[in-house]
Amino acid sequence: MKQQLNIVVNGEAYDLFIEPKTLLVQVIRDMLGLKGTHQACDSSSCAACTVVLDGKAVKSCSILALQANGKSVVTVEGLAQGTKLHPIQQAFIDNWAFQCGFCTSGQIMGAKALLDENPNPTREEIQEAMDGHLCRCTGFNMINEAIRDAAKRLQEQKAAESGRVA
Amino acid sequence: MKAITTDFEYLVAKTPEEALELLSQHKDDDYKILAGGQSLNTTMKHRLITPAYVIDIKSISDLDYIQFDEKKGLRIGALTTHRAVEKSPIIKEKYSVLAEMEGNVASVETRNWGTITGDLCHADPAADPAPVMIALDAKMKISGVNGERTVDSENFALDFFETVVEPGEMVTEIQIPALPPNTGVKFQKYSQMLGDYAIASVAVLITLDKKGVCTNARIGLGGVASTPLRAKIAEEVLKGKKITDELLAEAGRAASAETSPVSGIEASAEYRKELAGTLVKRVGKQALEKALKA
Repeated sequence: MKQQLNIVVNGEAYDLFIEPKTLLVQVIRDMLGLKGTHQACDSSSCAACTVVLDGKAVKSCSILALQANGKSVVTVEGLAQGTKLHPIQQAFIDNWAFQCGFCTSGQIMGAKALLDENPNPTREEIQEAMDGHLCRCTGFNMINEAIRDAAKRLQEQKAAESGRVA
Repeated sequence: MKAITTDFEYLVAKTPEEALELLSQHKDDDYKILAGGQSLNTTMKHRLITPAYVIDIKSISDLDYIQFDEKKGLRIGALTTHRAVEKSPIIKEKYSVLAEMEGNVASVETRNWGTITGDLCHADPAADPAPVMIALDAKMKISGVNGERTVDSENFALDFFETVVEPGEMVTEIQIPALPPNTGVKFQKYSQMLGDYAIASVAVLITLDKKGVCTNARIGLGGVASTPLRAKIAEEVLKGKKITDELLAEAGRAASAETSPVSGIEASAEYRKELAGTLVKRVGKQALEKALKA
């Protein structure tokens, strides 16, 4: 029997009817058409499907969509403002932090949750927070550098914004 | 295995009372309790289980707590996430072994949503929390509509993926006693990849008296039998003596003999057996050093 799911994705509220067996990633990709969230290992081992659920990075392939009822999800599509990329996205490009790009949206969402919680992480803290994210092209070092660069950019952006307010 | 293919009826409990009522109603049905689902959802995707009902208890906020009392010790509510245990200041201070163990459970994403109690109830013998619970002498509080009971953590799992929790019951709390002075507890997991399930894992608790004689030892083993294991014979090797490297090696041999591992793609049974002994020796030494400093 289908059940109601009220969910906010990238700031937009959706009212859906779904089979209880539906995974969060299936709602995001198949019902809402947001294909940036990737499904790869499908056994909770790779983190390509990472989204931010009520402020925390989670694996959308391992959560029933109904468990996100009443909650708010941010996917990689929710980061850019119009054509202006989010500082984390831009830092990934500028630091050559992806090759095939398959894991990238998960990496970026993992980085987003990390930087929201810890705006200035050390190299080791980034390693620890990101150790569930597999990159089969093995670009881990550049990913770490991109996240450190993104942290710097976000802090500069924040300083500039508070400067404007003052 | 991209999806869960078998339909089920999905029921949500928002309070412990609602959960127990639902469990009581469905105690003769084929149901599973869903907390974070970090093991359960994957098991359903693999089609290893196809329950008719899934009872979701994840949003019972009344059971999401960490409480500490100098006399009673630590109480962890059943809906507390791995990540909350890992980050808790009181756990870092009083039970650092728990925070250390949690730091290598799967990945941050899994720990953000998955619960430590759910992990224990999934009863994978190679999972990380159980050996630590055994070393800490933790008890599982199990509730049903007709009351509650507590079970020692070493008696909680019955077999691979099976526990003593009866139909109609659920675990509501983990209870960990206060640690006596001069106690050290350490845990180590040996796995192919950081965050993986253990090939073998060992937790050791050592308590010393003022003269440095071991008055209590508890050893929990993971990945080396069909359930998490308490190495009682190895514990006896250490009790009542001053612990030396030779004694730790003897305890390691005893612990190794207590295991009954199976072979798998990650390691052979012989390897796991040998490794358990080596880890008891190493982790025992770390626990001893911690007890001497405590």
